Amino acid sequence: METSGRPRIRDGVRAALPLAPSPILFGLSFGVLANASGFGAPAAIVMSATTFAGAAQFAAISVLGAGGTVTAAILAAVFLNARYAAISMTVASIFPGGPARRLVESQAIVDESWAISGRRGRFEWAILVGAGLLFYVLWVGSTAAGTLVGGVLENPNAIGLDAAFAALFLALALPYLRERRSREAAALAAAITLALTPFTPVGVPIVAASAACLIGLRR
Amino acid sequence: MSTSWVVVAVVGLATIVFKAAGPVVVGRRELPQRVQSLVELLAPVMLTALVVTQTFGGDEELHVDARVVGVGAALVALRLRAHIVVAMVIAAATTALVRLAF
Repeated sequence: METSGRPRIRDGVRAALPLAPSPILFGLSFGVLANASGFGAPAAIVMSATTFAGAAQFAAISVLGAGGTVTAAILAAVFLNARYAAISMTVASIFPGGPARRLVESQAIVDESWAISGRRGRFEWAILVGAGLLFYVLWVGSTAAGTLVGGVLENPNAIGLDAAFAALFLALALPYLRERRSREAAALAAAITLALTPFTPVGVPIVAASAACLIGLRR
Repeated sequence: MSTSWVVVAVVGLATIVFKAAGPVVVGRRELPQRVQSLVELLAPVMLTALVVTQTFGGDEELHVDARVVGVGAALVALRLRAHIVVAMVIAAATTALVRLAF
């Protein structure tokens, strides 16, 4: 990456290249799991192109795949992505141009592009958009590739698909759990989920567990 | 199939709005501190709930089965700094093996 002058979009692409294997492998697994769990290949590809946020997409297909309702799947995914409201606030001032342009370019915000764009001490628009662009192409492309594989799996749970989902969410949760308050909220969420699972339809415990974030109001 | 499309439309729209919220709607203002602290906890909370249902959930029942072994193996792999996808494959393979064996 150039060290002097204003960064360009291609500097963002270059800065994101070392992380390229992640969206590729992740997108492939989303395509495979989406198709294997009955979500459908076209819907999976369109979801990657419009939602463009891994964890929420996996959440939605896992709730549906487990027999949860549409409402539960939507709420689980929307709650997960609510953090993008907070993230987008932190970079609100770096986007140039009018509202339409900002609307389009703000879609380049994902956890990874956001993290990369802030590496030099302040957030840089070109890095964020360049990195987001690379991740977007890889994410949508590898989702499409993954759906080609997923369709041939006959009984996905026999090969441990359900446990693969659990491992994925575990991996995404672990970095948050280094912080005390997140740990407390997560423990409460786990307790709520375990307590409600025997008594409520699939998906309801997850949505109810969102109430655990209310401990954030405590001082 | 149509349920998938409803999910795709609603989640997609909501996410686009979330991502645009800062740059388009709010500009340089910040979220109120209390809202911010709620939103920050949503991700770990939802992810943990998903881990629990995917590991123990079933048809309105708690199950302790092969998945626990698979997820445990994945946790060990993650502690040893395995890539997420590697951990997923380990979880799936371990679970499948336990299911085959019993």
